[in-house]
Amino acid sequence: MQEHIVIIGNGISGVTCARHIRKRSDSKITIISGETKHFFSRTALMYVYMGHMKFEHTKPYEDHFWEKNRIDLVHGFVEDISYGTKTLKIRSGEDVSYDKLVLAVGSKPNKFGWTGQDLPGVQGLYSYQDLELLEQNTHPYGTPENKQRVKRAVIVGGGLIGVELAEMLVTRNIKVTFLVRENKFWGNVLPKGEGELVKRHIIEHHIDLKLESELDVIHAGEDGKVSHIMTKSGERIDCELVGLTAGVSPNVEFLKGGDLALQRGIIINQYFETNQKGVYAIGDCAQFDEPVVGRRNMEQVWYTGRIMGETLAATLCGEKTKYNPGHWFNSAKFFDIEYQTYGWVFANNSEGEKSFYWEHEKGKMCMHFVYEESTGKFLGLNTFGIRMRHEVINDQLNHERSIDYVISHLADANFDPEFYTLHEPEIVAAFNSQTKYKVQLKKKSWKRILRLSK
Amino acid sequence: MKKIQLIAITLFAITMVAFVSSLFISGFQVSNETISSHLDSKGMKSEILKERLLNEVAGVEFSNSFSATGKIRSVFIESNAIHEANVAEHRSNKAWDKSNDERQNIAKGNYRDFAYDLMKPSGNGHVHENKGLWLFLTFGLASIASLIFILINLKVLGPAGIKNTGIYFENNTSKGWIAWVTFSFLVLFYIGLYFFPSVIINWTYIVDPVKDVFGGGGASQWFLYGLLYCTAMSIMGIRMIVKYRHNKYQIVRTISVVFFQVVFAFLLVEILPMFGLPGVDLKSAWPLDYDFLFDWNVTNLLANGHFGKFVFVWGISLSLVIIPVMVYFYGKRWYCSWVCGCGGLAETLGDPYRQHSDKTVKAWKFERYIIHFVLLFAVFMTIWTGYTSYQQVYHPDMDYNDKVTLLGISSDTIRSWYGFLIGSIFSGVIGTGFYPIFGNRVWCRFGCPLAAYMGLVQRFKSRFRITTNGGQCISCGNCSTYCEQGIDVRAYAQKGQNIVRSSCVGCGVCAAVCPRGVLKLENGPEFNRISPDNPIVLGNEAFTLNSDITDR
Repeated sequence: MQEHIVIIGNGISGVTCARHIRKRSDSKITIISGETKHFFSRTALMYVYMGHMKFEHTKPYEDHFWEKNRIDLVHGFVEDISYGTKTLKIRSGEDVSYDKLVLAVGSKPNKFGWTGQDLPGVQGLYSYQDLELLEQNTHPYGTPENKQRVKRAVIVGGGLIGVELAEMLVTRNIKVTFLVRENKFWGNVLPKGEGELVKRHIIEHHIDLKLESELDVIHAGEDGKVSHIMTKSGERIDCELVGLTAGVSPNVEFLKGGDLALQRGIIINQYFETNQKGVYAIGDCAQFDEPVVGRRNMEQVWYTGRIMGETLAATLCGEKTKYNPGHWFNSAKFFDIEYQTYGWVFANNSEGEKSFYWEHEKGKMCMHFVYEESTGKFLGLNTFGIRMRHEVINDQLNHERSIDYVISHLADANFDPEFYTLHEPEIVAAFNSQTKYKVQLKKKSWKRILRLSK
Repeated sequence: MKKIQLIAITLFAITMVAFVSSLFISGFQVSNETISSHLDSKGMKSEILKERLLNEVAGVEFSNSFSATGKIRSVFIESNAIHEANVAEHRSNKAWDKSNDERQNIAKGNYRDFAYDLMKPSGNGHVHENKGLWLFLTFGLASIASLIFILINLKVLGPAGIKNTGIYFENNTSKGWIAWVTFSFLVLFYIGLYFFPSVIINWTYIVDPVKDVFGGGGASQWFLYGLLYCTAMSIMGIRMIVKYRHNKYQIVRTISVVFFQVVFAFLLVEILPMFGLPGVDLKSAWPLDYDFLFDWNVTNLLANGHFGKFVFVWGISLSLVIIPVMVYFYGKRWYCSWVCGCGGLAETLGDPYRQHSDKTVKAWKFERYIIHFVLLFAVFMTIWTGYTSYQQVYHPDMDYNDKVTLLGISSDTIRSWYGFLIGSIFSGVIGTGFYPIFGNRVWCRFGCPLAAYMGLVQRFKSRFRITTNGGQCISCGNCSTYCEQGIDVRAYAQKGQNIVRSSCVGCGVCAAVCPRGVLKLENGPEFNRISPDNPIVLGNEAFTLNSDITDR
């Protein structure tokens, strides 16, 4: 009898896990999802709304992929899990029994108990259903001004999803007011320079950005729909849509009351094991009882979801493997400005850390390097508007290169398209003038990039 | 701003209506002299043909090109039918001499070119009498309207960056009725151009004033096509530069491809004959330039002194040496999206439709069969026509049938089928006509034998690749959606593999639309260019697979 591995959730974590199980074993695999039948790229939902793509295009695999790889898909919501008998109850369908269960159930937008947070016209942006709801709540693309249902939207929470939602709404000619609690944009993550740069760019796109503003109450009009909001400082903003984008939290509501250990997320150890035998959790919904050194106990980004899926698949196929992500990396795009980060750059430097910050004269590109002041050891990098080569930076972090090494080898790391103006000489000059170092820019070397020589 | 754009679009639509209606509002009257001199110059001996033309065509006022073409067609076909019947009768009577004499009366060629030649000098009516005005009303106003629309986009679209907003909502770019109208127009245009040039003769009048700049003599349908091609590419090239003004690769590439079209495929082709030299497109390479070894081309080049011989040797070295060497260093992009005219039109006029290419594995399989079939077809045809050319040059006195026949197959038959199926239908009618429905690179992806040839080099021996940036891919699908060649770029990017597909023309748009900086077109050492099938993407230290590579 084949072992039956059931995965709840067909996001990047669950699907990556399923694919890697299939690479390694012949187990029977079932993915259950209530959201959509087929895996799609969540991060691409914004492009569907903006008309860059159709929903079909967000599916990374053609529909025949699943049958070919013997991955069964069940489209339905799981209502109840019985850990003793190892069975799942599906809302509109048969019970499913499992030998091993992977919970990759993702997260949902945060709601902090605001008055009016459940009114029609108030929504978050995470799932396919949220996208459908947004289509209902707003008017179609190209609607003439006098027929637009939504004149103004208020977005609450200055993070990545908030800026995406703002970009989306602007394409439907909706005016956007963006409430951000902190005194700079994405203040808990971005240092001051980067925050300012993003802020300028958001304003350039005609977003009414209100820093240090907090939502107080959402009010409904006579039709029962959102009519305006009040901020904590007493300002009234008329609006027909409120986007709640103040972060996400694990989607574990339906698991509560059972035997599964939960806090904010599903509690797991380094092997993704929950307190129930044969039950694992990965991705957004997982909360490590003890995080990997230097990392948070919940990691809700695409890449960590994928890495968790890869790693758990090994364990499930008999090669017990600890979660061991490499150096942190992430990326995003703020309207027209791309952002990548490698290693650790925090909003504020920790004790003993030093920064080197360079910004282009036009204010749309910058680089922020962080290193240990005493040893010069390179710790991390934020880059805006300039692409960097992941492999090169990762290698530099692995080898604990010093900041002067990293700066002098910037040409190796550049990943911008051909013919782009290279700013490395300027960056090196700025580095030499701002720090005690005197470095010379080395020419790009394929041998180093491909690690054919040191 | 948007209002001005609306006015510009309306103006453009009006110029298109004017362009199409110009075919219907100007007539023809063929003179006796035109008929006699043309029959003489072509050595057409048929008295029946001459008499019927003089009686039924000469002096008749045809109100448009369709009725004139129709009449000439029926006279031509009926006359030939009578002569053919006579030939058959003489043969059945075993009157061989009479049969041979009568055979001389059958007009060679087809009625379409015949009608064109009779009608070109015979136009009258508004378009014919007011060429300059019509040139302004069509080419002139259309260009101005398009440029206004495009340049306003600098403001309307906001700060520089990827602006694909609404592509799947706008009628034209999402296969709405505008796309279908454009499709119909392009398909009919190509059918007219290749098969019924006499029907679109009024369009050639419109561009006569431009032809006058290059020595006059009346514009042919090919001059019209060349001018239209260059105009469309230049204006849509400006659109491309406006759209991608933040991306230097796109700007440089677009300037290059428009430059090569305008200078090499148009200006030089027109200017060289003014100095008594053959008007050749020096960038056009076999096997895309499939008639390179046709007897008329070879004899023409060899008869044109040093320059002709240079062109002959240049053509051979371009195909056999320069192309593979350049593809080795830079990938086939140096040709397909930097130099080539077909690619140039696709990258400019066709850019709004690039998302329609089919990304399925099925389409990829079909592509590999058909494009390599066309390459084989081109090679075989070239062997046959090359044989004919060889005999033509070295044994000019040989019997014609012996010159064209190799292994019992006639090179004339092969080349006319190739010209019809591949040269006209595939590359023109389908290749460009279907832009709004199947995307802008149908010909380049499925049909171009040169692309197939360069693709083989690119796939197996080249320094070019699209590098995937470690683990940064979020599988969003922008790269695949906007790949005009139908490559599922994401399938590689999300696995951390470089893209080394033979069909990649290196347009660079996948790298441009990627929101996370994952893709980069580059030329580098062949080492590890084709990524190992590494199941673990960069960023996970839990595994040490392929340690021989990662530890290096």
